[in-house]
Amino acid sequence: MADYLRPTSLDEALQALARPWTVLAGGTDFYPARVGRAIDEHVLDIGGIADLRGIAAEPHGWRLGATTTWSELRDAVLPPLFDGLKQAAREVGGRQIQNAGTIAGNLCNASPAADGVPPLLALDAEVELAGRAGTRRLPLSSFVTGNRRTVLAPGELLVAIHVPRPARDARSAFLKLGARRYLVISIAMAAATLEIEDGRVRAARIAVGACSAVAQRLPALEAALAGAAIDSLAERIEPSQLAPLSPIDDVRGSAGYRLDAAVTLLRRLLAGFAP
Amino acid sequence: MKIDFTVNGRATAWSGPPVTRLAAALRDDLGLTGTKVGCDAGDCGACTVRLDGRQVCACLVAMGQMAGRSVETVEGLADADGTLAALQKSFLDHGAAQCGICTPGMLMAAQDVLANGHAPTRAEVEDALGGVLCRCTGYGKIVEAVMACAPRVEPDPTAGAAVGARLPRLDGVPKVTGRDRFGADAVPADALWVRVVRSPHARARFGLGDLAPLRARLVSVLTAADVPFNGYGIYPDVKDQPVLADGLVRYRGEAVLALVGTRAEVLAIRDGEIPIEWQPEPPIYGIDAATAPDAPLVQDDKPRNLLLDGGVRHGAGDVFADCAAVAEGSFETAFVEHAYIEPEAGWARRVGDRIEIHASTQTPYMDRDEIANVMRLPREAVRIVPTACGGGFGGKLDLSVQPLIAVAAWKLGRPVALVYTRPESMAASTKRHPARVTAKFGCDADGKLVACDVRATFDTGAYASWGPTVANRVPVHAMGPYAVPNVRSWSEAFFTNGPPAGAFRGFGVPQAAIAHEAMMDSLADRLGIDRLEFRHRNALRAGDVTACGQKLEHSAGLAQCLEALRPHWRKAQAESAAFNASGGPYRRGVGVGCMWYGIGNTSMSNPSRMRIGLAADGTLTLFNGALDIGQGSNTIMTQIAADALGLPVAQFTLVTGDTDLTADAGKTSASRQTFVSGKAAENAGRDLRQQILRLANAGPDAVLSLDSAALTVRDGAEVRTLDLGKVGPLTGEGTFDPPTTPLDANGQGIPYATYGFAAQIAIVEVDIELGTVKVLRMVAAHDVGKAINPTLVEGQIEGGIAQGLGLALMEEYLPGRTENLHDYLIPTVGDVPQVECLLIEDREPLGPSGAKGIGEPALVPTAPAILGAIHHATGVRMHRVPVLPHRLREAILAREAKP
Repeated sequence: MADYLRPTSLDEALQALARPWTVLAGGTDFYPARVGRAIDEHVLDIGGIADLRGIAAEPHGWRLGATTTWSELRDAVLPPLFDGLKQAAREVGGRQIQNAGTIAGNLCNASPAADGVPPLLALDAEVELAGRAGTRRLPLSSFVTGNRRTVLAPGELLVAIHVPRPARDARSAFLKLGARRYLVISIAMAAATLEIEDGRVRAARIAVGACSAVAQRLPALEAALAGAAIDSLAERIEPSQLAPLSPIDDVRGSAGYRLDAAVTLLRRLLAGFAP
Repeated sequence: MKIDFTVNGRATAWSGPPVTRLAAALRDDLGLTGTKVGCDAGDCGACTVRLDGRQVCACLVAMGQMAGRSVETVEGLADADGTLAALQKSFLDHGAAQCGICTPGMLMAAQDVLANGHAPTRAEVEDALGGVLCRCTGYGKIVEAVMACAPRVEPDPTAGAAVGARLPRLDGVPKVTGRDRFGADAVPADALWVRVVRSPHARARFGLGDLAPLRARLVSVLTAADVPFNGYGIYPDVKDQPVLADGLVRYRGEAVLALVGTRAEVLAIRDGEIPIEWQPEPPIYGIDAATAPDAPLVQDDKPRNLLLDGGVRHGAGDVFADCAAVAEGSFETAFVEHAYIEPEAGWARRVGDRIEIHASTQTPYMDRDEIANVMRLPREAVRIVPTACGGGFGGKLDLSVQPLIAVAAWKLGRPVALVYTRPESMAASTKRHPARVTAKFGCDADGKLVACDVRATFDTGAYASWGPTVANRVPVHAMGPYAVPNVRSWSEAFFTNGPPAGAFRGFGVPQAAIAHEAMMDSLADRLGIDRLEFRHRNALRAGDVTACGQKLEHSAGLAQCLEALRPHWRKAQAESAAFNASGGPYRRGVGVGCMWYGIGNTSMSNPSRMRIGLAADGTLTLFNGALDIGQGSNTIMTQIAADALGLPVAQFTLVTGDTDLTADAGKTSASRQTFVSGKAAENAGRDLRQQILRLANAGPDAVLSLDSAALTVRDGAEVRTLDLGKVGPLTGEGTFDPPTTPLDANGQGIPYATYGFAAQIAIVEVDIELGTVKVLRMVAAHDVGKAINPTLVEGQIEGGIAQGLGLALMEEYLPGRTENLHDYLIPTVGDVPQVECLLIEDREPLGPSGAKGIGEPALVPTAPAILGAIHHATGVRMHRVPVLPHRLREAILAREAKP
């Protein structure tokens, strides 16, 4: 008989992680991977740990608890910086998935099409990993390392996502392309965060998802946007800026189409910042 | 673990493994089977419940997370005294429930917008319902029901006024309360369970190792050797599909072993513990591979991998040289999955020397005969008790769970159940035939069609299934609903190692319609004739002779359909032109698709028999062997029977499907139930009425009324009351078999007694930069002869359009790759357009009150209309469906690149 543990404190969870467990939170990736077979692994249910849930503003930024659901994020009162992430929250699965699925689960599942990753990359998010020996923080971009791969070590839990407070007023946006309206795995996604001053971009963070094994920032495009007037951003896009992307052909789209669509999404995304 | 939580306001204690899904606990342990399971993966939303006031998929919640929480299920919506909630009543009155399998999930999801306190916008409703898939309704009536959330007041029809009334479906209350019992809902507690071991290879030989260790852990392990006659198939002479494969598999998903034990026991067996040694061979995928000169054979006794070929020849041969305009094109379609939200499910038990099967099906009598054949039992020894059917669309015309549960229950003497998982359902079940249709049409300078030559090649997969039906039906329909004097049509179907292609709403005609409608657009464009007017000019009309040489005497209403569409067409053309004038990446277009569809079997007898019993106590019962799979035949048959008899619908009780209690009304397919079984019901009603009139010595216009055992007959001033206790019981019986004749070698004859006709227009918006297509609106004009129940007819049209939209834009089954409902996409509530239905009633004298069929006609014109609209919007004619965004974008770029 497999064990099922539902701790109420992080300590308890970390102590348990001295041996291998499968971590369960919202269940939206756990159960679909176990259709029609007995579930016989040891399950550590972190959904009962209050400290892992909720969004808090802190001096240097915001802390998004690991098991915060997409709905909670969508309904939270947050500055325009989070508009893009909220748009992504509305596009994850349907309402049922948004009400159960967690932000950290989306990151740990590490799908190339994870809807949360591009907007969080564009927010320069960091993940906080806790283990019995202590915690470490690292950029999201170094946490997810490949298709279904992260650097989460045995015994570690992703406990929070940290979004730094930008130096200036910042706005963000997100676009998702799928082959149907709801409940759809992305063909391509684009997310942008822009720090804007006097009608010009002071700093830009742009990420594209589902066009490589891990969603990628586009540093060349970000550089090209610096100083640009916000009503002419789309003109700054050049195909060469998409070099970090390495899309594949699959049932949802061809590699060439994904690159082409990414350019269109980016153009529309940036055009949307115009007043 | 013991968990205390609240279910529908009541404190509930549950104990079991904490990793148990909430859906399973509700259904299996608490008996709340109103929560349905469609995928166990959060992809379909059928199990939507409200957890602490928020909608979630009960299949994704661990019972370990439930302590202290509160869940609401569909069973909690109605009052304790059975009074329906406003939304449930609204669903009934708007026709928002068809098969009913998604209905509980829809109702629970809809609570999101009802809780808000203000009248929801359509967008809010769509957001709330976006996570629940429906395969029957096309969502329109569901959205209407939620937005209105109020009963639509229609008076109950009186005696003689049932036909034509918008009667709420008679079997609707159990569907909106969750009490309807589908295949997985009433499995006996002591049932053993089957888990089927299926082939991971499309083509392989295999050997079984030592099964003793498995047998020691289970109650039984069934192999091919346990099946008395190990072959089944639709046609009496083609029993080519084994119940369990015997050393050789021909498609991925084919059944190899049946593990039988308790549910926990069979699930606990790991794949690696099953001793099968596979020797995979290169599979034959696709028509080209199957027809290659050196192609290996899929079935050894089927030379050239050919299942069947045949065609229609009418008029002269190659007369294209004389045509003013000639169009040619070749079109390809994919495997399409039925994706009913209820996976195949049922249970069986042995009762003495009989076997009794409770399963979800479209065809109880064919199941009975097939199981008798597999079991080597007389057919009287087989009883089929159909459960509610959570969608079929042709996919539940083939056997699925039935032979395995029958063999196991017979052998073990215990009830045995089998419920397919979603991936299993998708891998094992039949699909729509992939087709390559090559068409050439020519017309004269006035735009009158002169000739056509159509060749349709089908991939029929590993086994015959309904392949012959597709191959026979398509040549008859391949020229479209037009008068064409010179016709050559040919179709052929080849075996491959794909999944068996079988029956799917339209039997190949939707694939052929994509070709002939593209040809109509092309010829019209060449001659500068409006696309709709070109079709109108060529429409088959009463008095015309078809390519089969059949003179259409009556009820050929295509021209009326097109006339009804004409104002919508002109308005839509003008609106899209105005929209496009402003430029930008979004382009609108308008397309029209036409179709005809022979109702019932092709040149084959397909009789129905109906009985109406009037018992000594006055109980009036329609014994109805026609299965309602959501389309509404329970209601339609009763409406027809009631008016034929002359008593109100409300006095009827229904006995449906059970092969021990009803008569054979054939299968629910080929759009035949309203026309064929409906006529039998009408005849049964008339028969009973005649008996009553004779007993009362009354004339034909007498008015009946029934009050318990007192049957009153008023004939003018004369009133006689019959005491049924003395004269009863009475039984009325009616049969009907549509008159057809065999087709000769040139396809000449009378393949069908009547035809449905339709035309639909689609208004689409194409994002030319992304290649995405949004269908904004559809207007559908259907000649149904007579709409027995307009709400149900509209429900068929809207649902057919949703499936046609899926065929056109998103659905493509790839074995091993899209075996779930997140990689295989069907339309959601946000993808379907608003649909306006125009019902044309060009009476068919053979049909009940003049009615024909609607099930399949609803779907056939949709994809052609959408493809025509895409062409109109972009100039690109797509030759392959689904039109996935990348395919359309690539085609748009290729067109732009042309000098």
